Amino acid sequence: MSDLAAMQRTALDAVAAATDVMALDTVRVRYLGKKGELTGLLKRLGKLPAEERPAAGAEINTVKSALQQAISEKREALEQADLEARSNVDALDVTLPGRNAETGGLHPVTIVLQRIEHFFRGVGYDVVEGPEIEDDYHNFEALNLPEHHPARAMHDTFYFNPNLLLRTHTSPVQVRVMETREPPFRILCPGRVYRVDQPDPSHLPMFHQVEGLLIDHESSFADLKGTIVEFLRVFFEKEDLQVRFRPTYFPFTEPSAEVDVQCVHCDGNGCRVCSNTGWIEVMGSGMVHPKVLQYSGIDPEKFSGFAFGMGCDRLAMLRYGVDDLRHYLDNDLRFLRQFS
Amino acid sequence: MKFSENWLREFVDPNLTTEELAEQLTMAGLEVEGVSPVAAEFSGVVIGDILEVSPHPDADKLVVCKVSSGNETHQVVCGAPNARAGIKVPFALVGATLDDRKLKKAKLRGVESFGMLCSERELGISDSHEGLMELPLDAPVGENVREYLQLDDSVFDLDLTPNRSDCLGLTGLARETGLINSLDVRYPDILPVKPTIDDIFPVELEAASACPRFVGRVIRNVDVNAQTPLWMQEKLRRSDIRSIDPVVDVTNFVMLELNHPMHAYDLEKLNDRILVRQSVKGERVMLLDGSEVELDADTVLITDGSGPIGLGGVMGGLSTAVTKESKHIFLECAFFSPTSVAGRARSYAMNTEAAHRFERGVDWQGQTNAMERATALLIEIAGGQAGPVVDTVLDDQLPGSHQVMLRQDRIKRLLGIEIPDADVDNMLSRLGFTHAPEEFDGQKGWLVTAPSHRFDIEIEADLIEEISRVYGYNNLPVRTPVSSLSMAAIPEGELTLARIRDQLVARGYQEAITYSFVDPALQAELDPESEPVSLANPLSADMSVMRTTLWTGLLKSLIYNLNRQQDRIRLFETGLRFHQQPNQPTLELENITQEKMLAGVVCGDRFAENWADKSQAIDFYDIKGDLESIFTLTGDPESFEFAPSRHSALQKGQSAEILRDGRIVGSLGLLDPRIQKKLDIRPQVFLFELKMSELIAKPISASLALSRYPEVRRDIAVIVDQAVTAANIRVCVESAADDTLQNLKLFDVYQGKGIDTNRKSLALGLTFQHPSRTLTDEEINNSMDKIVASLEAELGASLRN
Repeated sequence: MSDLAAMQRTALDAVAAATDVMALDTVRVRYLGKKGELTGLLKRLGKLPAEERPAAGAEINTVKSALQQAISEKREALEQADLEARSNVDALDVTLPGRNAETGGLHPVTIVLQRIEHFFRGVGYDVVEGPEIEDDYHNFEALNLPEHHPARAMHDTFYFNPNLLLRTHTSPVQVRVMETREPPFRILCPGRVYRVDQPDPSHLPMFHQVEGLLIDHESSFADLKGTIVEFLRVFFEKEDLQVRFRPTYFPFTEPSAEVDVQCVHCDGNGCRVCSNTGWIEVMGSGMVHPKVLQYSGIDPEKFSGFAFGMGCDRLAMLRYGVDDLRHYLDNDLRFLRQFS
Repeated sequence: MKFSENWLREFVDPNLTTEELAEQLTMAGLEVEGVSPVAAEFSGVVIGDILEVSPHPDADKLVVCKVSSGNETHQVVCGAPNARAGIKVPFALVGATLDDRKLKKAKLRGVESFGMLCSERELGISDSHEGLMELPLDAPVGENVREYLQLDDSVFDLDLTPNRSDCLGLTGLARETGLINSLDVRYPDILPVKPTIDDIFPVELEAASACPRFVGRVIRNVDVNAQTPLWMQEKLRRSDIRSIDPVVDVTNFVMLELNHPMHAYDLEKLNDRILVRQSVKGERVMLLDGSEVELDADTVLITDGSGPIGLGGVMGGLSTAVTKESKHIFLECAFFSPTSVAGRARSYAMNTEAAHRFERGVDWQGQTNAMERATALLIEIAGGQAGPVVDTVLDDQLPGSHQVMLRQDRIKRLLGIEIPDADVDNMLSRLGFTHAPEEFDGQKGWLVTAPSHRFDIEIEADLIEEISRVYGYNNLPVRTPVSSLSMAAIPEGELTLARIRDQLVARGYQEAITYSFVDPALQAELDPESEPVSLANPLSADMSVMRTTLWTGLLKSLIYNLNRQQDRIRLFETGLRFHQQPNQPTLELENITQEKMLAGVVCGDRFAENWADKSQAIDFYDIKGDLESIFTLTGDPESFEFAPSRHSALQKGQSAEILRDGRIVGSLGLLDPRIQKKLDIRPQVFLFELKMSELIAKPISASLALSRYPEVRRDIAVIVDQAVTAANIRVCVESAADDTLQNLKLFDVYQGKGIDTNRKSLALGLTFQHPSRTLTDEEINNSMDKIVASLEAELGASLRN
């Protein structure tokens, strides 16, 4: 059977030499096809004497399966190579930008406002809004600021007529809530406020305030301090942020306090941002003045409360390093896109 | 208020550095806004005496001076125009340090100069550089200028809150400083000046509550041309007050020292008597500063036989003013009540030191004391004989002392800390408050009377504030408020503004914030029908009316960005717009509508420039899609509809009114090309504005069973008239179909070749499905036939093959 061995060698060489699937298939047909050489040998087995048939058949089948395996392996290799070749041609530049990836963004003042709202909603404050055109009563008088009060000079006011004005703080919203709601309650009043100021790097005639008010049976200056210190620490994300309270005067609170934080730019070491004092004034606060409670029909003997107010524009300035408040109202896309 | 630190330290001198003292005052509620040295750092400057001045041989503008420094004479070349023999000036010797530089001998145009004669600017005292600083003629030659002028001093700039008028005088500040540091205060010794003449001038108080006290005194034979002593001039200067003459200087000095504004009249120009009364509307008075004021009815007037001679508590009049020729004067130190002065100066566009103090409240008991102080100082400086002090007073009209209760329990409730009685006692005493233990309805406490300089103490809270201030805000406890853990309601039936904002941001919009007051001219282009609410005192004409649409501000921001090479712009804003109801006689809060809106402006390409898409201009449907994505958030997009509209700012045919269940929500469209051209905007601009109140309602989602049976889709194309809208077709199909029609999609709109010019072809995809069985072909064919028949009958549609 040296013929068979020679055939096996020739066939395996042909398989190895095949360079594509077509050539391989030609080899397969030549040996294993219906009229193939090996198939022919098997067909001729019947002509052999019966006692020789099993051994001869086994021999042919061994060659056949070796050839089949070789073809199958070669096919896989050829297909693999083919795929490889094709994928090189189809390869994408994965560094090209994807489609439609552009998104917009929120205004930095809104971002700060939303953060503040989140903190206070989390501890049970309701967010309340109110009108921006207000009457003198709600903006001033009900807040213990009668006509000609010198403290009105601290609020340079836009007027429509002697009784109508643009609110100078969001406190009138608090008045409106106190007039209608039964204490205890805690509310947060965000919104636009207005003062007659020419726009410059640190002043705008329109800015944003958030004021908070808590009225309860027993609430004290200690609660006020606790609330504010905790808020400022979560706002600036600094566990040990130093906070100090300075006596000041607001007609609607007593005692009243300005709140300073350790400068967030220099950690209190003194820099341009804090005018080398190490401190930055961030909000006003105090215990609600008994007269203000009385004005709104709340008995100061039964209830007490505290209020605080801060400028979001200034907080955003500190948080994001904005150097000029006027950017907020220019709405320059190049500025707005910096906030995400 | 500015004052000299050294002056304060004359009364009370805590062992603190300048910086520590400033910090301490700030933390006590008396905010120090700034501290600045009264002079620059320098040394080696003495008082020089110019003995002789001769011309410089080689320079017209220079002179050569012989200057004595006491025991030596020096040659100094000088260029100051006022250099002349006989004056005393600051003289920097060779070796002096000025401006961080050592002064050497020099040669100026060939003449040697040993030292330098100085101007105020060279010593850092002021910006004055017109000439040499001239010192008093009796200045001791050779003495160190720093010591002579007491220049080792700082000016404190204090920003006082309106309630602390008691600290508008140095003695008040000293009292407060003493209180904080537990130090005694050395108040100035004020002894009555014995009258040497009997002259008085009669005073009558008619405006009783406005001016219940008027202390007056005649002083005869005053030398108005006498020199105010340097120490007084310097104190005044450090408070930014210029020295004028001894009379004015003394009244200003007493005001700064004791916080009592005073006024001096030329006695010979006063007629009959002084009458303090309320003004009559239209009266006029000529004031000291030469301005004439026409008065309203509620102003306190000082008058004499000639008529009005001063605005009470604000400013004296010109006709009776003290001048260089005056010889006999009448001094006034009065009490004007805060309410009578408050706002008056401002209403006449004035701002005086006197009005500032009176409207905040001055001590109503210290007038006589101030008069004695002024008399003594004036006679010392300018001579003269004083008449008796006449205190014209209406006791029942004076503010009087309030008795205020202070309850122990209240202190604890308000401050969250129990302060021992003894400590409260001690603090009240240090504050100068008389007090005695008292019970109020069984509650222990004190009955407290504040001194007359503490005008602001009226109620218990005022006292608790004082206690907390003295105790130290930062020593008071800190506590996190405790309350029951009730959960906050989160209404699921409301769409939040935050969610809407996020949606627009996801679709590429940047949020903007624009002014609520806008340019009326621009707004009139956009919204000519509305009459905006106008400000009485706008910052400028282009910020003078309230916006009736957010488009006014947004368009301005759009233009701002276009001018900065940003050409693809998507901006949105939320905020109020303001309308006044038409035909109202007066503007009232009730007839102004303040509505929260969501608005946007868009221009530029559909996509940001990229490698994959060709540049395509945005159109109406891009913005409509953005809005529909918001409407989908409400869970009820079918409740919204778009109807063609005619909006004055938008182009006809490219604008729509948006309705929700028939109510107007807002509008969307292309900016009218005429307005676009007028505003010089190059690209097309789309605008939208929606009422927030109409976007909020959001039905709670409800889940329905899903069919397990196959759905079948049939597509048809129908040809209809141009005027037939997609909405018409949807309504027609939906009413002709039964419940098995699950979905109707409009997937193509075609006009052009093969279609009549006034017709268009619409391709519809209809999906059918039954919840509980498979639909047969026959059933679907029946449905389709019905739908087509209905389209043909109702909309004149024909099937396209």
